Amino acid sequence: MKSKFYDKLATIYFYLVAVLIVLFLVALIGYILYQGRSELNLHFILTPPKFMEKGGGIAPQIFNSLLLLVITLIISVPIGIGAGLYMAEYARPGKITELIRLSTETLSSLPSIVVGLFGLLIFVNMLHWGYSLISGALALTVLNLPVMARVSEDSIRSVSASLKEASFALGSTKWQTIVRVLIPSALPGLITGIILTSGRIFGEAAALLYTAGMSTPPLNFNVLNPANPASPFYPFRAAETLAVYIWKVNSEGLAPDARQIADGSAAVLLIIVLLFNILARWLGNTLYKKMTGGK
Amino acid sequence: MSKSKIAKVLLSVLMVLSVFLFSACGPNTNDSGSSNQSNSNQNSSQDISGTATAVGSTALQPLVEQAATLFHQKYPNATINVQGGGSGTGLTQVSQGAADIGNSDIFAEEKSGIDAKSLVDHKVAVVGFAVVVNKDVTVDSLTQQQLVDIFTGKIKNWKDVGGQDEPIVVINRPTSSGTRATFKKIVLGGQDEVQGLALTEDASGTVRKTVAEKKGAISYLAFSYVDDSVKALKYNGVAPTKENVINGTYPIASYEHMYTKGEPTGVVKAFLDFMMSDEVQKGPAEKLGFININDMKVTLK
Amino acid sequence: MSENYDKRRKVFDMIGRTYAFICAFLLIVITVSIFYFVATKGLSTFIIDKRSIKEFLFGTLWKPDRPNDQGGPAIGSLQFILGSVFVSVFAILISTPLSISAAIFMVEIAKKFGRNLLQPAMEIFVGIPSVVYGWIGLTVLVPFISKYFGGLGFSMLAGILVLTIMVLPTITSVSTDAIKSLPWEIREASYALGATRWQTIRKVVLPAAKPGILTAVVLGLARAFGEALAVQMVIGNSPSLPFSFLQPMSTITSIITMDMANTVTGSTWNNALWSLALLLLLISFGFILIIRLVGRRSMYK
Repeated sequence: MKSKFYDKLATIYFYLVAVLIVLFLVALIGYILYQGRSELNLHFILTPPKFMEKGGGIAPQIFNSLLLLVITLIISVPIGIGAGLYMAEYARPGKITELIRLSTETLSSLPSIVVGLFGLLIFVNMLHWGYSLISGALALTVLNLPVMARVSEDSIRSVSASLKEASFALGSTKWQTIVRVLIPSALPGLITGIILTSGRIFGEAAALLYTAGMSTPPLNFNVLNPANPASPFYPFRAAETLAVYIWKVNSEGLAPDARQIADGSAAVLLIIVLLFNILARWLGNTLYKKMTGGK
Repeated sequence: MSKSKIAKVLLSVLMVLSVFLFSACGPNTNDSGSSNQSNSNQNSSQDISGTATAVGSTALQPLVEQAATLFHQKYPNATINVQGGGSGTGLTQVSQGAADIGNSDIFAEEKSGIDAKSLVDHKVAVVGFAVVVNKDVTVDSLTQQQLVDIFTGKIKNWKDVGGQDEPIVVINRPTSSGTRATFKKIVLGGQDEVQGLALTEDASGTVRKTVAEKKGAISYLAFSYVDDSVKALKYNGVAPTKENVINGTYPIASYEHMYTKGEPTGVVKAFLDFMMSDEVQKGPAEKLGFININDMKVTLK
Repeated sequence: MSENYDKRRKVFDMIGRTYAFICAFLLIVITVSIFYFVATKGLSTFIIDKRSIKEFLFGTLWKPDRPNDQGGPAIGSLQFILGSVFVSVFAILISTPLSISAAIFMVEIAKKFGRNLLQPAMEIFVGIPSVVYGWIGLTVLVPFISKYFGGLGFSMLAGILVLTIMVLPTITSVSTDAIKSLPWEIREASYALGATRWQTIRKVVLPAAKPGILTAVVLGLARAFGEALAVQMVIGNSPSLPFSFLQPMSTITSIITMDMANTVTGSTWNNALWSLALLLLLISFGFILIIRLVGRRSMYK
């Protein structure tokens, strides 16, 4: 029968596309790791870049990426959860709610270069913070906030209504219910969401070119007081991240092994992002099992 | 409706508030740069202290970074905060007072939108630029007129300048780059190259790679980027070497500038003096391929 | 319970509620500030520099550094706008059939294979940073195109292919959600009428999921339009009209990335770049409005 034949053909086609996509991804990741294989060692990860010489590492760039990620999460997670909470629990249909939703959607589809330019305008130029950790972290916050709000709203909404009602029945106020019931129950979703967005923040470059800058001072870990300009935690120092470094090595790398450095950095960046991904999946599954198993 | 009115007011208050709140806790680059004005005696290393920020040219950035590191080793109480961002950013920030030093590849007068009169120029290094071609090109030397014709699209084949029969592939630099500004001023005599004919790359590494790989390609690079993978051409018969830039026979070169707003004082002045010292000029500057500014026998255009 | 305890509970309730509202309201504040500040800068090209919007949108002469005696800066940006439109639209044209096929595969054909392999694969695709895509494009795709198709390799084609991969997961995941959310009964009804699976997909599932798929495509378009670094690294950045797949070209994001740092704040050139940023902002807002018109709440992650 003709239609049966077409059905078979279609099935084969769909399998082909799916297998092709997966194979392509495997090839892509394999290629990046293969190209960077010579640099995938502790020396590369733990030493600073060298000046005009072979054999420099990417330690400060990795540190900067992680530090920026932590600062960004510290700022954006509480605000994001707050906003998600409002949308899930308090918001009544109306103009303001509609405006918040429109803002969230607009923000989440903003090109990251526009966010970077906004950061350049406000944090770098207007507030005279220069290319700095804090300017970069705030630009990343603008990128991350809508995602965080959406993730929080979804995880809080997914908490079953009966759980909530039980809490109310026991005489809890709304806030008590939120703190004692809603947020703990929404935790697996929240944590998975945070880790997944962390991967994206970690690899972001366009928003950071003009905010966190393309240089990094020598990091001196003997000075830990963030108020001291020599400290690695001084919020107004420039902080080039790993993703920005790949971009810069390509354009202005003077080291003779610039190609290997970029290959190695790409591999390291990819591995870290993959780790975030795996961690999110594993943690999500474990927490989910724990919560549902405990009931 | 009152609700929307309240929202409007709230919105504007929040916006203004946040800006002021944030600006209150910003770093005081202006003060720190001049905090040591009283220290006129700069012979002892203890006297030089404070923080200054140098922003701008990415071409100059590695040199300033290295110098800042050496400076900090010499005067542990002084920290120079070096940032890239491009010449335009450097000039903007120094004239706004957001940075103490603005690094630039070109004269402030040549950048539109800058009040150059308020800025003081400190020339700290010289960069030479070489015209580079793919290794298969048989031509060894080009005259200025030939280069003008090539970059404005009048000559399209290497055989017209004495080479083999092969189309010329021009690789441009972006309009905003300092390298291109120098090339346009000195070689093209201010004429615009034909835009849109070819590849335009800001990335020196990418330019070198493309010239090395593409047969018949031509572009220009700072001396420090020229290596064995490409062939550097003579200009009007003069080889692109440091010596020829120093004695003035090879003209494609430009200064690297560090601008201050008004005469520098305190730690900023100490750092600029340090930039001119042999410690920097014969150390990192030479290593990075810059030409010692103190050696220059001629003044560049 | 004491009255005091009750009072404290109420205060906490109030504080909590206010906190949540402020957080949510902050989203509006940020959005409005971005629009306000970018618009202030972007409009000064037309208000302060008195350039015409018509020249900006429909002109093709981009000479923002032209001195006044030669006619002053020219800011025709049509080639960048068309460049952005062409790369994104072609990327979407290639990506959409693949993405929809992948989505159908995951929901309708092989759920297990889909969930265990294709779904994680898509999440990893999203996770790969754009500079890494750009770097691979630069080191693999560009030489490949140059070798097999001719030209320099830096080309619209390279940009399209890089973007195709980058928007694939966006379109796939949103389409998957759209297809998944259809009630299962409609398929059963179709099977009961004797239709094959392919007929069901074509005649029932796809038409029903159309609004969702449309949303997916627009979101993909928005992502492609706003992508900066990966595209800038491979398209060659020549400010010419994009009428050949193998020639270098520019997009709105690439010209901003290249020139922003090298131009001086307040100059016509710099303002024109901000106008492009404003245009980018308005276009991405336009995409959001289209999605709302299509009528589904966005599932964008």
